[in-house]
Amino acid sequence: MAVISRGFTGRGQTSNRLPPGQTLTTGFPVLTAGPTPHVSTADWNFTLLTETGTEHTWTWTELRDLPQDSPHTDIHCVTGWSKFDTDWQGVSLDILLAEVETNAQFAQAYCHGGYTTNLPLADLRGGQAWIAHTFDGAPLPAEHGGPARLLVPHLYFWKSAKWVQGIRLLEHDQPGFWERAGYHNYGDPWREQRYWND
Amino acid sequence: MTATPPQPRVNWQAATITGTDAENARTRTLQLQVPGWPGHQAGQHVDVRLTAENGYQATRAYSLAGAPGEDPALTVVRAEGGEVSPYLVDVIQTGDQVELRGPIGGYFVWKPGPRRRPVLLLAGGSGVVPLRAMLRHRARLGDDTPMRLLYSVRSPEQVIYRRELAGQADRVSLLYTRTTPPGWPRPPARLDHTALAGQAWPPEQAPLAYVCGPTTFVEHAAGLLTDLGYTPADVRTERYG
Ligand SMILES: Cc1cc2nc3c(=O)[nH]c(=O)nc-3n(C[C@H](O)[C@H](O)[C@H](O)COP(=O)(O)OP(=O)(O)OC[C@H]3O[C@@H](n4cnc5c(N)ncnc54)[C@H](O)[C@@H]3O)c2cc1C
Repeated sequence: MAVISRGFTGRGQTSNRLPPGQTLTTGFPVLTAGPTPHVSTADWNFTLLTETGTEHTWTWTELRDLPQDSPHTDIHCVTGWSKFDTDWQGVSLDILLAEVETNAQFAQAYCHGGYTTNLPLADLRGGQAWIAHTFDGAPLPAEHGGPARLLVPHLYFWKSAKWVQGIRLLEHDQPGFWERAGYHNYGDPWREQRYWND
Repeated sequence: MTATPPQPRVNWQAATITGTDAENARTRTLQLQVPGWPGHQAGQHVDVRLTAENGYQATRAYSLAGAPGEDPALTVVRAEGGEVSPYLVDVIQTGDQVELRGPIGGYFVWKPGPRRRPVLLLAGGSGVVPLRAMLRHRARLGDDTPMRLLYSVRSPEQVIYRRELAGQADRVSLLYTRTTPPGWPRPPARLDHTALAGQAWPPEQAPLAYVCGPTTFVEHAAGLLTDLGYTPADVRTERYG
C-alpha cells in the first residue's frame, strides 16, 4: 500500500542510472563524523597490513611513481545524493595488492582521524577500487579526503574512506565506524543497503 | 571514536501530519504521528520519502527537532528551487501523509553522561534543529550538564525557535552574519577565532562539541575548534550538504 503525499509532484525525473532513493546533485556534499584532518603529503604514507602481520608501506612519492589509473564513475552517498561522471586519478588496489601475499577474505580501511570502514577483500580487486589523489584534475581537497582516499564507487560512498592511512587484511570481518553505528555492513546502493537489516 | 548502535530495524512507516507551526517566513515545524514510534535520541534524524500520484518518489534526511519522549517533529527550511523542502514548508497540511524511516544515527547524539562534560553546540542556519533537540532534552530532564549554543544565522528574520531560545538567553548566543537587529553590539560577521574563543568552553574542561549546518559552515567551525585546542574526536559534526 503506497502512501501518497497529497499535492507532491517533485521534479519527476527518474533515471536508471540513479539507484533507488537517490537524488542527483551537481555539488559535492561531505559526510564526515568530525573535523577534517589536514595531512601533508610529506607525512603521508599508505600501508597494507596482512593477516600474518606483514606490512607493506608506500610513501607519497612511491605511490605517485606507480602506474596511474583515471577512473570515470558515478558516486552514491548514503545520505541520498548521487553525482554522475566524476573524474579521478589514483592507483588501482590490484597493483598494491599484487605486492602482498594474503589469504584474507576481508579488509578494513583505517584513516587519519580514527575512521574505519570494512568490506570484503574481493570488492577491492578486479579494477573496482583505487587509492585516489586527484579529483577533476586537481589535488583532492582535504574535506573530500585529500591527500588521498580510498575510492570504491560501486558501494555507498562512506566505504570510500577519506584520509586513508592503510588497509588491514583480515580473516574475519570487522565492522568499521559507520557499520557499527547502524549503517549496512556491505552498502550496495543498487540494493539500497543503507542501514542494518536492509 | 566510539558509536552507540541505534535500534537495529529501520523500516518505512506512514506518518501523519498532526500540526504545523510557522517558525519564520521560510521555516515550518511539522508535528508527526507515527504509530509505534520507538522514541529517539537527541541529534538523530529520519529519512522522509514523498510519493507523487504517478509513483515518483523523493527522499531527504531531516533531523528530529523534539526532545526524546516527545512526538516526532521536523523543522524544515525552504531551499529555494528545491524539490522537497518547498513542499514541506508551503504545501503539506495537517492530515496529509509522508513516509518516514528512523530514527537514524548513533553518533551525532547527546545524552547526559556521568562526567557532565560541558557541551558546546555550534549551529549554522538550519543546523540548529538537532542542537535544539539536545537543549530541550537537557531542560526536560532538569539535567545540570553545562551546555551552550552558538547559533550563526544571516539575519534576525531567519532565526528559528526564536522565543524558545530567548527564554534561555544565558545559554544561547546569536551570531548574525549579514544583518543584525537594531542596536546589536556586534556588527555582522562570520564566526571567527575571537568570537568562538569568547564563547566556547576552554579545552581544559574536556568539552564535547556538536557542529551542524551547511558543509561550508561545519568545515569552518570544526576547524576553528581544533585550532582552539579541542580534541578532534570530541568534535562531532553533521553536514547538511
Ligand atoms: C542528516 C541530515 C539532516 C538534515 N536535517 C535537516 C533539517 O532538520 N532541516 C532542514 O531544513 N534540512 C535538513 N537537512 C537538509 C535536507 O535533507 C535537504 O537537503 C534540504 O531540505 C533541501 O532539499 P530540497 O529537496 O528542498 O532541495 P534539493 O532539490 O535537494 O536542492 C537543494 C538546492 O539545490 C538547488 N537545486 C538542485 N538541483 C536543482 C534542480 N534540478 N533545479 C533547481 N534547483 C536545484 C535548489 O535550488 C536547492 O536550493 C538535513 C540533511 C541531512 C544530511
